[in-house]
Amino acid sequence: MKIKLKSALENYLFVLPAFVIFSIFYIYPFSQVFFLGLYEWDGILPTKTFVGLSNFKDIFFSDPIWWKSMLQAGWITIIALIFQNVLAFLLAWACDREIKLKNWYRLIFFLPPILSEVVVGLVWQWILEGNYGLLNSWLNNLGLAHLTRNWLNDPKTALNCVAIVHCWKGFGWGFLIFLAGLQTIPRELYEAARVDGASSWTAFRKITLPLMVPVAILVAILTILGTMQAFVLIIAMTGGGPAYHTQVPVLRILASMRDSGRFGYACAQGIVFGIILVAVSFIQYRFSKRSQARGA
Amino acid sequence: MKNPLYYKTKNIAVNTVIHIFLLTIAVSCVFPLLWMIGSSLKTQSTIFSDVSLIPRQMHWENYYIAWKEGGFGRYFLNSIFYTTAVVIGIIVVSSLAAYAFSRFNFRGKNLMFYSFMAAMMIPIPGSFVPLYVLLNKLHLRNTQLGYILCMINVGLSTSIFLFKTFFDKMPRELEDAARIDGCTKFGIWWNVALPLAKPVLAVVVVFNALNVWNEYLLALLIFDSRSLMPLQVALMTFQGEYITRYHLLMAGLTITAIPIIIVYCLMQKYIVKGVTQGAIVG
Repeated sequence: MKIKLKSALENYLFVLPAFVIFSIFYIYPFSQVFFLGLYEWDGILPTKTFVGLSNFKDIFFSDPIWWKSMLQAGWITIIALIFQNVLAFLLAWACDREIKLKNWYRLIFFLPPILSEVVVGLVWQWILEGNYGLLNSWLNNLGLAHLTRNWLNDPKTALNCVAIVHCWKGFGWGFLIFLAGLQTIPRELYEAARVDGASSWTAFRKITLPLMVPVAILVAILTILGTMQAFVLIIAMTGGGPAYHTQVPVLRILASMRDSGRFGYACAQGIVFGIILVAVSFIQYRFSKRSQARGA
Repeated sequence: MKNPLYYKTKNIAVNTVIHIFLLTIAVSCVFPLLWMIGSSLKTQSTIFSDVSLIPRQMHWENYYIAWKEGGFGRYFLNSIFYTTAVVIGIIVVSSLAAYAFSRFNFRGKNLMFYSFMAAMMIPIPGSFVPLYVLLNKLHLRNTQLGYILCMINVGLSTSIFLFKTFFDKMPRELEDAARIDGCTKFGIWWNVALPLAKPVLAVVVVFNALNVWNEYLLALLIFDSRSLMPLQVALMTFQGEYITRYHLLMAGLTITAIPIIIVYCLMQKYIVKGVTQGAIVG
């Protein structure tokens, strides 16, 4: 009996450190978000004022910048979904064959993703800098001086510049996942198609594309969740400016907390944003189930 | 039937187009990094006028200045310290838990395991707010320990998942033999299971090391003191204060990026493995 009890206690000792850290640094803050979202609190005073759902009312009816930031994150996400993922797929498809330098390409395409967003953001900020940046001096040398501008300070271009750099940094992920997916397609399928007289374009359309649908959906979900929550790159490139033109939701949450000192409001924003993210990935998941059922 | 020459030319044409496409993208990946290194070797005055990639005069002393006066030496050592401490912590804590989840039966096991897995999938964008409050209350804010514990938590779920998948597939004979020889459970975990888990250990180490080295948000919230800051936060602070000293900033960026690039080139195999496995989880 004693031995049995000791053994059971030992089992718990194995998971204890993980569980303690997880409870304190994940579960507790997670539950606190929902609690603090109902209060008005500056984070310093010992007293919190219960305000019910008024934080949420503020978000929905009197915080246009919040929704602007949501739209902007959505815009970056759409660009990433189209531009970044199509590029990733084409590169993976090009690399999924006996081609020279294949391993070098693979090494290089995953270089931007392993660098930090701070490094990437600051390097690109220097390239796109308005007065002495490399892009503008190239445009000047090519006789295209009329195209030069202060890329990251111009409301017309700032958001798109951020989006493109985000794609530059992120396409390597999609590339690796697509490549892994392509390599699981049995070569015999292609050979059989060729024996049957199918052109390589037909084989691509009838074999490669349908088999890659589940992988594409996976990449799309990862892109949406990753891009909607991206913000460090933006801090490094524009700091959210000019005049809120590159603000995204996480930056707003950070600003509510650090600049306005509204901790409760920041939590409420986090809840709204979290629910939207979960809803989006749930819809995607259902969509993928349905298309898989149709494909089978 | 068209003649074989037609197919041969077509093949060469297709291959050329593909190579041009791949090369263009590859150059666009590497070029900004070369520009960063090139800029770090110019001076305060040439950096604004000289647009050549390789400057005529290499000012290597910029690195010395960035390291000493810019304080990047200090921040570099901080980053090394946090990365090492967090990775060691994650290995011990997550492999212990994963081993129990894989081998033992106890009450609440499934609930615990699935809550770790759920944490990997549910996004909570606002949770850093209460975390900040909590760290303040526990007097862990602006301390090294506070940052290390937070970062261990960040890497925990994925690492537990990776270890557990590996342990589940690992044959149990060696562990049984060790048990018959009178080895304790902890002894078996440390002497038998962990050494056998080397392949997954490498993935866990590389992934978490990259993650900690590149982390920004928590470091920003936790550290006020300059002497405790890791590189990422220090870079942003430096940029905010010396807005025109681009050559030193670029030297700082290079100091930050080079270790990661070296680790990546050496450990590429494990990173690719981690990405594809991690993607399957998500």
